[in-house]
Amino acid sequence: MSPLENVIMHPSAREPVIAEPPETAPRAKPLVELRGVNKVYSNGTIALRDLNLDVAPFEFISLLGPSGCGKSTALRIIAGLGEFSGGTVHWPTAQYDAEGKPQRELGFVFQEPTLMPWASVFENVYLPFLLKDRSRSEVRDSVESALELVGLADFAKAYPRELSGGMKMRVSIARAIATQPKILLLDEPFAALDEITRMKLNNDLLQIWEKAKCTVMFVTHSVYESVYLSQRIVVMAARPGRVIGEVKVDAPYPRDKEFRLSPAYSGYCRRVSDLLDEAMGVPH
Amino acid sequence: MTDHALSGSEAAAAQPASGRSKIKLPLNYVLPILAGICFLAGWQAFVTFYNVPKFILPTPTLIVETMIKDAPALLSALKFTAIITLSAFALAVITGIVVGVILSQNRALEMTLWPYAVIMQVTPVLAIAPLIIIWVGLDNVWLALLVLAWLVAFFPMLSNTALGMKSTDHGLRNVFELYGSSRWKRFRYLQLPSALPYILGGARISAGLSVIGAVVAEFQAGTGNATGLAWTIVEAGTMLNVPRMFAALFLLSAFGLSIWYLTTFLQRLWLRRWHESELTQEN
Repeated sequence: MSPLENVIMHPSAREPVIAEPPETAPRAKPLVELRGVNKVYSNGTIALRDLNLDVAPFEFISLLGPSGCGKSTALRIIAGLGEFSGGTVHWPTAQYDAEGKPQRELGFVFQEPTLMPWASVFENVYLPFLLKDRSRSEVRDSVESALELVGLADFAKAYPRELSGGMKMRVSIARAIATQPKILLLDEPFAALDEITRMKLNNDLLQIWEKAKCTVMFVTHSVYESVYLSQRIVVMAARPGRVIGEVKVDAPYPRDKEFRLSPAYSGYCRRVSDLLDEAMGVPH
Repeated sequence: MTDHALSGSEAAAAQPASGRSKIKLPLNYVLPILAGICFLAGWQAFVTFYNVPKFILPTPTLIVETMIKDAPALLSALKFTAIITLSAFALAVITGIVVGVILSQNRALEMTLWPYAVIMQVTPVLAIAPLIIIWVGLDNVWLALLVLAWLVAFFPMLSNTALGMKSTDHGLRNVFELYGSSRWKRFRYLQLPSALPYILGGARISAGLSVIGAVVAEFQAGTGNATGLAWTIVEAGTMLNVPRMFAALFLLSAFGLSIWYLTTFLQRLWLRRWHESELTQEN
């Protein structure tokens, strides 16, 4: 590719954007930039007001807040699902296609596993490739290694109906990471699971993050989960949906039970929880 | 990867349900057959004991005798009715799915045409029959019968297909949108499989209705032209040949039953691995 081909004009940027291959992408440049993003529903509800957020490559970031604070809405806007009313979402390191749409290279895990009940686990993980016209033989390895990464290598032929809730969620994660996305977006993925399974999946998610070498953006309403997992927690408040604060969690990885029981962990939880109280308007 | 070994609670639910309906399966067949035999034996005993005349109620053995004696005529009548019924059913399945899919793709079209589809459904076929017979039945009776049977069988296919196409899971629609699915692929890999249980449900209703449609149409078509089982019943009735009426009736039921089982079989074949309706949960 010649250097000229890498220069793509993005309509909202008004200046040439240099799209660089991932291996040379500087850490300083954010993966995605949200500037003054607004979303107003047709009934007048302000789902998001003036959201500014930079997500760095390889970061593990959580959006935390009470229901109705727009955290899921923000995630969906980043994923390109649904319109937003104002502001810009910019992908500095992504290629833009002829229509000016960014090639986002993302994986999304919804609140529900959203698997096709009529298709086997393999076929479900193969879906993103199918929709991009890639043949099964061509991507078999990618699908199988994604299944291995979530610990379901032996279940390729099983049907979703035959799996437990936690395993369905694993399949959903495998589908999201099979295409080796730059960013993995998770929208309260473990909210419906029992505590034991959720803890297991939290640990597994950290390992997946490490092995898949991608950015993870995690939406949750659990203080403990967000502190355990993330490097940075963005706390949001409702009515109107907005960011009210940020907490950096500097504890090193790998994190395990030791971290969960450490005073540092409780300290972070307290700080995040205080912010959350503020978000809900609870007096100290 | 050992560190991903599944936790106990997860693995426990992972066993594919095996050995289900091992004991139930024979009973499925044995019980109804036993009940049938008891009923026939009681019938035989009742008619013989009270000496009921055969032009009112013949014995089952006499009906079987009639079936064997009249086999060529009855079988050709069955063939006639079967061809009409199966063609009407196939036509209803194809047109129902095609129209249902088209309507579900376009909201304005659906709003425009839906009331007329309902009118087609609620107008009794007996009331339309004379008209259809005048239009197409004077030269080709079979065509009039086909149209009438199709009219009856069409609506369940249409409404179930349209309903099924709309019942796709919202989250899965998001997944398809996320990966930039084309409209065709969304239809082929999402809407069609989601609609399959509804379509098969519609097909089972249509199958039964196409038999009814064919029979009603034959009754209406009148003398000489229609040579199916329904007409055989009318004809035998006017001659008080009640054993023959029963023989034709029996064949008609057996035929209806076999298409019903065919649709059941297809439903099981296509849905058994994934749909709730075909799975039994062990508690």
